Amino acid sequence: MVEWTDFERDTIQDIFSKMDYEAVGPAALSRCLVVYPWTQRYFGNFGNLYNAAAIIDNPMVAKHGITILHGLDRAVKNMDNIKETYAELSVLHSEKLHVDPDNFRLLADCLTIVVAARWGKAFTGDVQAAFQKFLTVVVFSLGRQYH
Amino acid sequence: MLSEKEKKLIAEILERLTPVAEDIGSDALLRMFVTFPGSKTYFSHLDISPRSAHLLSHGKKIVLAIAEGAKDISQLTVTLAPLQTLHAYQLRIDPGNFKLFSHCMLVTLACHMGDDFTPVAHAAIDKYLSAFAAVLAEKYR
Repeated sequence: MVEWTDFERDTIQDIFSKMDYEAVGPAALSRCLVVYPWTQRYFGNFGNLYNAAAIIDNPMVAKHGITILHGLDRAVKNMDNIKETYAELSVLHSEKLHVDPDNFRLLADCLTIVVAARWGKAFTGDVQAAFQKFLTVVVFSLGRQYH
Repeated sequence: MLSEKEKKLIAEILERLTPVAEDIGSDALLRMFVTFPGSKTYFSHLDISPRSAHLLSHGKKIVLAIAEGAKDISQLTVTLAPLQTLHAYQLRIDPGNFKLFSHCMLVTLACHMGDDFTPVAHAAIDKYLSAFAAVLAEKYR
């Protein structure tokens, strides 16, 4: 069981209540595909990923980025049970999508950086630590059902 | 692998950071200490509280070294030779921590540069910091 301090709970709720999903989702996924180009291997049917501009303008990437970000909502609402919450998604990513779980961490890092850029100075070390702890639990849960 | 375009971009960004090296460096260090508390063990002999003199001077040193290396990336091994020796034989910081610091540098840059920290800039700096860290650890064994 993950133990959350009041500050951590409040910080996560705060970040997501202020989240602009339509902007942050696409920004995080496209950033991941640009910064870690090998992650493009999972998006062969997404059309033009030829260069950074193409990736950033790609509507399928944008749509998927929003889907992924909303996928985090369930964890935000169930912070005391994230492992169970993502059991099915974990199986899906393992058995059907065959995604190397290391990639979840890469996307989480990109999401952190996108949120940091939007928050600026307000994204203090403490806020960063809380957000990263949350994402670490999510990443762990998504990799949990792999075998 | 860094393209000529990327090397230029990196040199530009780091040159702009040189006047605020203290702020950037101390911010990145502080983030690292809070987010990855194990990294604090290397600083038990210093006062690393926010805005402390030690934190500011250390942060400045690190960012200036990173900026210096960016002036001629192909010469990184030559430029970093003294720091390689220092880290390998004296400091002996586990190289895993270089990755943690690099990540926190990226977060600090994002906070500092906002939208200017584009995905392309992010990729270039990340690659540079990885190369920097690898060279820094070369004399370890």
